[in-house]
Amino acid sequence: MKSLSRLLAIVRKETRQLRRDRLTFGMIVGLPIIQVLLFGYAINTDVRNLKTAVANQANTHLSRQFVAALEQTQVVDIIATVESAEQLEDLLRAGDISLGVVIPHDFDRRVADASRAAVHLLVDGSDPTILSVATQLRSMPIAFDVQSRTVREKMVVGGPLGPIEIRPYYNPERRTPVNIVPGLMGIILTMTMTLFTAVAIVRERERGNLELLINTPVTSAELMIGKVIPYILIGLLQVALIIGIGRLLFDVPIRGSIVDLYLAATAFIAANLALGLFISTAAKTQFQAMQVMIFYLLPSILLSGFMFPFDGMPKVAQYLGELLPNTHFIRLTRGIMLRDATLMELYPELLFLIGFALIAMTTAAMRFSKRLD
Amino acid sequence: MSDEFAIEARGLSKHFGTLRAVDRLDLKVPKGQIYGFLGPNGSGKSTTIRMLCGLLLPTEGSATVLDTDIPGDSRALKPRIGYMTQKFSLFGDLTVFENLQFIAEIYSFPKQDRGSRIEALLQQYDLVQQRDQLAATLSGGQKQRLALACAVLHRPELLLLDEPTSAVDPQSRRDFWANLFQLAEAGTTILVSTHYMDEAERCHRLAILDRGVKVADGTPDELQKNTGMHIVEVLADDPYRAHAALSNIPDIASVTQLGIRLRALIPTTVDDPLRLVDRALRSLDVQAHAQLTPATLEDVFVAVTMTPRERAA
Repeated sequence: MKSLSRLLAIVRKETRQLRRDRLTFGMIVGLPIIQVLLFGYAINTDVRNLKTAVANQANTHLSRQFVAALEQTQVVDIIATVESAEQLEDLLRAGDISLGVVIPHDFDRRVADASRAAVHLLVDGSDPTILSVATQLRSMPIAFDVQSRTVREKMVVGGPLGPIEIRPYYNPERRTPVNIVPGLMGIILTMTMTLFTAVAIVRERERGNLELLINTPVTSAELMIGKVIPYILIGLLQVALIIGIGRLLFDVPIRGSIVDLYLAATAFIAANLALGLFISTAAKTQFQAMQVMIFYLLPSILLSGFMFPFDGMPKVAQYLGELLPNTHFIRLTRGIMLRDATLMELYPELLFLIGFALIAMTTAAMRFSKRLD
Repeated sequence: MSDEFAIEARGLSKHFGTLRAVDRLDLKVPKGQIYGFLGPNGSGKSTTIRMLCGLLLPTEGSATVLDTDIPGDSRALKPRIGYMTQKFSLFGDLTVFENLQFIAEIYSFPKQDRGSRIEALLQQYDLVQQRDQLAATLSGGQKQRLALACAVLHRPELLLLDEPTSAVDPQSRRDFWANLFQLAEAGTTILVSTHYMDEAERCHRLAILDRGVKVADGTPDELQKNTGMHIVEVLADDPYRAHAALSNIPDIASVTQLGIRLRALIPTTVDDPLRLVDRALRSLDVQAHAQLTPATLEDVFVAVTMTPRERAA
């Protein structure tokens, strides 16, 4: 009974302090909005309008049709027509173009010959995204290469039709925000939640409040849990904000159950808050706490499957990624929001988050001694 | 544990690396009294207080505080002591009322009495006007009163005050001590550390700490009577020259200048201190008048914090 009243005292105190801390309050609301807008509008992996130059040495009816088809894809923006491959190389080196297309003299004959490439693409490989986009373009030349003569006519007339047909599920329009927003939710929560509690104990220590607090009957567990509770609510508020903006501006769907999504988010928020508290018990100053927190944020962005497909990462990176709550949360959000998966189907991910939260919380409470030395 | 003492420390020591912050301290604080810790900065006052309330673990020795053994589980002790730090440790982003409310909640002060207790404290410590003001915006004296109100809200039997007056003006200090006397009269034992002589003089008993060692203890009267020194006050036209004349005499342990007066401390082993002083002054042709005078606490402090070599003079 006394324990509960002490816990509530801490919760009330934290809430009051939070309400008066305008900067933090602004961060709670502002950070999700800005991040979603930024990522939603600016970060776009469907590349368009790559600056391109063409050296059409064949200059036949067929080759001109090919160039027209290429332009129709909107992936390339042909800004120059030159004579030779050497000129293309010069433009590439100068950074004027990202892509050079060489159509040899014997283009028509090469198209008919499956063993020879009909077109050469010179690609600025210093940006891997451009390289991968250019690789996608190969569906056009490949079509010319491997298809038989009879199919060829149809292809040239009907536009590029690769031998491999791609049908994207769950995000048929291949819009980036649909994929980004569920993952971004994890990044934003990692950033704000961990930061809030990472400085929580250290700040009290720096202000001298801790000396007073540990001289009262309040226990470590009461103090830790009391500090976490207000932030769980704030985290859920951020989730609502992110979902709302995603929905409103980018049409990000929630195909699964919203309750499942909130349950998953609660576990994830608790895991990050608990980790923050753990950092707080280890750090001596607020600055140290921030440093550790950034050390944790980077892999959460890079190794969680948010930036790069998880299965494509090296094994070691995957093992590291599996240790991060964000990896499991992104699987949950993408599953629930985009694939209509249920929490039951994804329960190992949820279990990881709950386990992580419990372990971090217990360690933090044990590490926090009610003494100064 | 006797009923007589609120605190009994036996050989209490705290080392930080090679530094002996507190060195084998013995201490007996009677119940219901104001007990002073007098000493300069770094003499181990704060460290001792922190060990007594369980904030720091003693390197050696032990203590009994209100029937609770230190080192040991100090949980049972927490509700029975009040603690006020040098920095006051208030929550600057909470109002005066909210600070008190938080303390009431955290000490599980009976709910039905909470409101009246807080109102009474606001009255008692003259904070009614500041009730809804953020603690960070209070003046030094107001902060100090609020900190004391927070420390006594749960009616502790023992109050540990760590240099509570070092950051406030003289008027606030006087008011503060008036409050302490009231609390002591009501039965609260108070351990207060200070580096002000006038405050030390108001304590029922006091201990003088110097570099972690207790060099003297007793009532202010006892201490003043047992300095082991003659105190000679010298009134000179040229106190600077008088100082020069006296400070070279090996039998004079210490000379302190206070305005145009000088106070010379001479060990009681010297039979005629006045003649010694007169002779020294005449040797430099200084016009001055010397007379014996009772010791003040300041003299006591100077006498007991001397190195053994100085003391032997």
